[in-house]
Amino acid sequence: MSLNDLWFLLIAVLFTGFFFLEGFDFGVGMATGLVPRNDQQKRLMINTIGPFWDANEVWLITAAGAMFAAFPHFYATMFSGYYLVFVFILLGLILRGVSFEFRGKAEGKWWTGTWDACILIGSFLPPMLFGMAFAALVKGVPIQQNMDLKAGFSDVFNGYTVWIGLTVVGMCLMHGLTFISLRTIGEVRDRARVIASKFLPVLGILLAGMVVWTYFATDLFARRGPFMYAAVAVGIVAYVLTWYFLKQRREGWAFGMTGAVILLTFVSLFVGLFPRFMVSSINSAFDLTIYNASSSHYTLKAMTIVAATLLPFVLAYQAWSYFVFHKRLSEKDHLEY
Amino acid sequence: MDVLDLARLQFATTTILHFVYVPISIGLSLLVAIMETMYVIKKNDLYKKMAQFWGTFLLINFALGVVTGILQEFQFGMNWSDFSRFVGDVFGTPLAIEALLAFFLESTFIGLWVFGWERLSKTVHLICMWLVSIGTMLSALWILAANSFMQRPVGYEIQNGRAEMKDFAALLTNEQLLWEFPHTLFAAFATGAFLIAGISAWKLMQKKNMDFFKPSFKLSIIVALISAIAIPLFGHGQAQYLVKTQPMKMAASEGLWENSGDPAPWTVIAWIDPGKKENTFEIKVPFALSFLSYSKFTGSVPGMNELQAEYEKTYGPGDYIPPVRTTFWSFRIMIAAGCGMIALALYGAYLTFRKKLEGSHRWFFRLMIWGISLPFIGNTSGWIMTEIGRQPWTVFGLLQTKDSVSPTVVAGEVLFSFISFTTLYLILTGVLAFLFYRTARKGPDIEPHQQTVIHDPFAQGGDTIVAK
Repeated sequence: MSLNDLWFLLIAVLFTGFFFLEGFDFGVGMATGLVPRNDQQKRLMINTIGPFWDANEVWLITAAGAMFAAFPHFYATMFSGYYLVFVFILLGLILRGVSFEFRGKAEGKWWTGTWDACILIGSFLPPMLFGMAFAALVKGVPIQQNMDLKAGFSDVFNGYTVWIGLTVVGMCLMHGLTFISLRTIGEVRDRARVIASKFLPVLGILLAGMVVWTYFATDLFARRGPFMYAAVAVGIVAYVLTWYFLKQRREGWAFGMTGAVILLTFVSLFVGLFPRFMVSSINSAFDLTIYNASSSHYTLKAMTIVAATLLPFVLAYQAWSYFVFHKRLSEKDHLEY
Repeated sequence: MDVLDLARLQFATTTILHFVYVPISIGLSLLVAIMETMYVIKKNDLYKKMAQFWGTFLLINFALGVVTGILQEFQFGMNWSDFSRFVGDVFGTPLAIEALLAFFLESTFIGLWVFGWERLSKTVHLICMWLVSIGTMLSALWILAANSFMQRPVGYEIQNGRAEMKDFAALLTNEQLLWEFPHTLFAAFATGAFLIAGISAWKLMQKKNMDFFKPSFKLSIIVALISAIAIPLFGHGQAQYLVKTQPMKMAASEGLWENSGDPAPWTVIAWIDPGKKENTFEIKVPFALSFLSYSKFTGSVPGMNELQAEYEKTYGPGDYIPPVRTTFWSFRIMIAAGCGMIALALYGAYLTFRKKLEGSHRWFFRLMIWGISLPFIGNTSGWIMTEIGRQPWTVFGLLQTKDSVSPTVVAGEVLFSFISFTTLYLILTGVLAFLFYRTARKGPDIEPHQQTVIHDPFAQGGDTIVAK
């Protein structure tokens, strides 16, 4: 495996990890509009992700940092080409992050109402827009010979990308609902589970549409047939098991299954893309790949040494933080947010 | 305005506002870590209360620092894609390491700190806060390593039409960084310290919670004093280094058109006319610029006209003089703010150690409240001088600002993002100020936590209740 391959893998892992982790806290954010019956229940839900959301977001920051360092052309093309998409993603992330912290620091209907709305918007926009951006990227966007991309409105905003965006939103919401029922006790836990069961058929339609549409709109199945079919098969199993474990009230397993659906989706995306990062709709010779978009060998080597040294610690203390807060929360507990 | 102007304006506003929150986070996390250390060592609950009360300010601010930081990282790619392509090989690495080494540390352990009071032992909980504090400092180190490369590029070679890294260690031993980092770090400590000292002074003036705010004032004034003295020491080193590596920035910050002559006098104030390339009015202190530049009372400092001719020879025709008035005045405002900080910290420390805080010093307490703004004024004007003074370059000597901007982005897009982010930042800064005020007014009476009941999802049935 060359260093270029390795860094493709690492960036894929960072984005996939981001959607798995921040996926559930986006979902919890969206679920604050569905599940709670009163303010205390809403606070309880926000507290389930309290210790985690910030570190989860750093997966995205690290993914972007790794793109910048290892594949500067990928970073430059994507961020400038998707300009307005990223403006709205950022506005969403900014509003969302401060809302968690600000919401509980003062009182009043207007005050809480404002931050509640920001949590909803901020938890919906990023997964929707990231879904659209990735869908457009794999379908093909007009990347020119000099690697510059000027994505037009219809390149990013069309039937396929909107469907994928909604599917990503749906996966996150589902993942968040199973997380809430895993982390709480009492009415919130039950309501989250019931709503998850009711929402499951909708997600099923979204997922099925994603698979079929991707088959026709992109070259993923043509390029990586066996892998894609296997991924779809495993995905169907995970989907069915989600329903089964929800029925059994085994929320830990249900959470594992909703997570598996997210993982399979993004792993398939990156497997299908490899060795490309972005597909040019003008000419496949203009695709951004792990070769023409990369940093020098020296930089990749330096980065590899740094990452190999630091990553084990980072993963270990993050895992530890999930262990520290693995107990369920109830409405009677002391809530920070 | 075209894309370039708008992108510059956006970078300036978002960086300046981001750099309001970041020094607060660095400063407050250090002070909170010190308070909690005293709690663990002295076993006195007062210090726990202090860590929790001032920790609230840290948390309100922390979220804002984190979320506005994401924009900083994305902005390089969004607005400055040609810059990113040109320097990504070198510049991206410190940014990626910042995320991997610092951001993960801060964000994970701040979560453990906030939610872990009852779940972690005292020592482990204390270590979490120190890791947050170290994380914020490491973050500053790596971002300044990247910035130092822009001020003085080292360890690279131009290959394949871009700057490629040849020596990673050189980035970290860049002498620019060795001066810039401690100077900025102590400025951040001072920011946190003056914030705590100012709020404490306000409460002492009202004679509220004296037993709480007197030790808070004492602790923060010590940190404020140490920092206020350290800042100009490292600043002096940085100025001397500046004369060697970026003489144009130095000349502009002095409003020096012609060579200064030997010994060089320091211009206190001047009316600058950049059009005619002359100053219409000046007040000068003899010998002072020689001392500032070389630590001795002899030596001449080159002027802008001579440097312009020299740069044209090296880099080809063009205007290499940065906006002189901005550079000149931001330098002076920074120095004035620094002097104010030293004076306040000295007098505050004198009152504290002479045990005179009891007495009536309303005028001084009032000054301390206004003093909260001094570090912010210093931080902002310091950055303006550093970044504006480097113009027209983004990477000194290698890449000009006009060649750094994204070629595909249009003015309307940047205008839209500029307006939306600036509005949002201003609103959020207002909310931050409101919450700071509200928390300070309410005072430190934190209600004791309710009894925690623990429900283990891995226990049989998934909902067994274990009373703690």
